[in-house]
Amino acid sequence: MIAAFARLAVLAALVAAAAFPASAEYGDVVLNHRSEAEGVRPVIFPHWFHRIRFRCKVCHSELGFRMRAGANVVTMKEIVDGKFCGMCHNGQIAWAPDRCDLCHSGRPGLKPGIQGGHSTLGPGVW
Amino acid sequence: MKLSRPWTTLLAGLLVLAAAAAWAQPDLRRWIPLAKDGLHDPASPGTRQLQEPRDALARLAADGAGNQVRWVQALERGEIAPRANLLEGTEVRLREDDILLNLNGGTPIVRFPHRAHTLWLDCSNCHETPFVSKTGANKLDMRRILQGEQCGLCHGAVAFPLTECNRCHSVPRASRGGGPAAGHVPAAPKARP
Repeated sequence: MIAAFARLAVLAALVAAAAFPASAEYGDVVLNHRSEAEGVRPVIFPHWFHRIRFRCKVCHSELGFRMRAGANVVTMKEIVDGKFCGMCHNGQIAWAPDRCDLCHSGRPGLKPGIQGGHSTLGPGVW
Repeated sequence: MKLSRPWTTLLAGLLVLAAAAAWAQPDLRRWIPLAKDGLHDPASPGTRQLQEPRDALARLAADGAGNQVRWVQALERGEIAPRANLLEGTEVRLREDDILLNLNGGTPIVRFPHRAHTLWLDCSNCHETPFVSKTGANKLDMRRILQGEQCGLCHGAVAFPLTECNRCHSVPRASRGGGPAAGHVPAAPKARP
């Protein structure tokens, strides 16, 4: 009886784990090389949100974002000057850089890097 | 064999029910709300205003891994229409051929589709770094891919994860005989938009 109950509990836990993965959406990137040091929340960059609207090549070829988390340290001055995020986040294509909270919405203390519900960057990093 | 009328009606009814059950397959995908994803600060005024993953992704072609979306399929079916360029002068390039890789390995052969990749990416994203534009010249190594190099720059980070072995290793190996280390398959002649 107890064994059966334990089996059921394990099964329920497995189902719950499959249905509700433990962390962020696949491909989310935390940008916090400078944010908190400058007194604002970290940025959560959602790849899923952006790739519905733009193909990878727009940001990673036209805008000059390198395809490696941590390789792009972007400053607010560059964004306000229309570079990187500022190519779209200018009040024309997407919200303007004065909407601080929409991008700087991360929990305090997050480490920069790519996150996701599945393995990211492989066992070499686990 | 001749069926009486009540039996025919029952049979037809069962068929309709079976068809309805097949059509109304429940979507078991779940996405975590932003405020509970461990990254967004529930106290941030922005968190409540952002689009929830579920609201955007639930209507897209279903997958069991990554964002639970078959991104290439969603694009090919027109479920999403992401812009291919911002600047007017940018040439949007598409390449349709396939490359076969890992011809002498133990696992099934890899079919690399240029089309699925160039729908999203520009040639310059992969060539000449990390891959040189010469069939057979790139020494792909699963260990390096798992470390986030080569294909692993995207697969395992934003493109479907490395747990999906047979999506790349997709061509059954007819024999274990020798052959070239990589092969080039020209694009199918049929016209695609």
